Amino acid sequence: MTGLYFPGTSALHRAPAGVKLVLLAVATTALVVLRDPWAVAVGAVIVWAGYGLARLPASVLLAQLRPLRWFVLALVPLQWWQGGLRVVAVVVGTLVVTVAGAALVTLTTRVLDLLDVVERVVSPLRHVGVRPDRVALLLALTLRAVPVLAATLDDVRDARRARGLERSPRALLVPLVVRTLRHADRLGEALVARGVDD
Amino acid sequence: MIRLERVTHRYGERVVLRDVDLVLDERRVAVIGANGSGKSTLARLLNGLVLPSEGRVLVDGHDTRRDGAAVRRLVGFVFTDPDAQIVMPTVSEDIAFSLRRAGLSREERDRRVAAVLDRFGLADHADQPAHLLSGGQKQLLALAAVLVTEPSVLVCDEPTTLLDLRNAALVSSLLAGLPQQVVLVTHHLDLVEPYERVLVVDGGRVVHDGPPREAVGAYRALVLGSRTP
Repeated sequence: MTGLYFPGTSALHRAPAGVKLVLLAVATTALVVLRDPWAVAVGAVIVWAGYGLARLPASVLLAQLRPLRWFVLALVPLQWWQGGLRVVAVVVGTLVVTVAGAALVTLTTRVLDLLDVVERVVSPLRHVGVRPDRVALLLALTLRAVPVLAATLDDVRDARRARGLERSPRALLVPLVVRTLRHADRLGEALVARGVDD
Repeated sequence: MIRLERVTHRYGERVVLRDVDLVLDERRVAVIGANGSGKSTLARLLNGLVLPSEGRVLVDGHDTRRDGAAVRRLVGFVFTDPDAQIVMPTVSEDIAFSLRRAGLSREERDRRVAAVLDRFGLADHADQPAHLLSGGQKQLLALAAVLVTEPSVLVCDEPTTLLDLRNAALVSSLLAGLPQQVVLVTHHLDLVEPYERVLVVDGGRVVHDGPPREAVGAYRALVLGSRTP
């Protein structure tokens, strides 16, 4: 679920975040339990219709699936060899449909609304010492960390190239880890300054 | 009003601020000094991010050590690097995040977020990923996310250091128009000109305290006078 909110006023955008998350969980579980290509096909049609209902362009759907391409390419021959075309349709189809479905939820739901749901779901664990606000914050920071780490990696790669050390893993890993830890320190300080710890 | 009483701060054995006594009640206070002089630590003391090793810091009577949460509600803090302050994936969500614990209805929260986005010229970027903003826009977002909670004091630690001239001027003019008390730590000496009071920090002490022209002169003399050939 790394898709960012895509603003809109459709029925899917207006639907409560909790309902969307429950439907996603039910549909994903059903696909995994049923292991049936027809179920996958029905799931694909529903997700496709969901993108249409939310008026999300096909390019947005493709952008959600693009990160899967190498994984899918590796998975297809392996599954074919193990169980034939039916297994390929079930395993790869389930993967693609569930990722597209999860992206549909995040594309039509503001992260703050998702955090509110996560907090409510986790709140019974308060009795065993879990802080629901911390769990929700962790989710938000995880989503935020993706572009930050990608930008850091780009910078470090450029710096490595500028020094003529393209082949040195140490010249990539050491500054990447140091800069990531430094970013985490500064982020922690900023969160305290914003009263998150109060 | 901010009051520092005989404040000393150490990181381990290293003393970074020594015996600082200050009362800050002017609307515009700037702090200048060389790298490592202690000015950022001084700024962090004002919001309770750093607690004094000795002495105490009071903001409107609240001690940063005993009543940190109340102090942070009164004192907003803007850092040098806006990337480290942005928590949420999109612009409007990051501003709304500041209001999560304010006990506001969703409508009121959205209204306040929309107002602050408009005020900072970010309305067109409301649903954009925050990491795609320019450096200047990110700093505006960081400012907006702090000011939406309506603190009575804003402390800015070198907010223009990573910005180009145009964005630095934009942030500076926004700061100038704020109704809040502003404490600005900066290396950009031209930014302190409209400030009422400028503190020069060196070696963990406030070595000059006065109007901008005098303070900048004292700082130049301190830095250039001690420069070895």
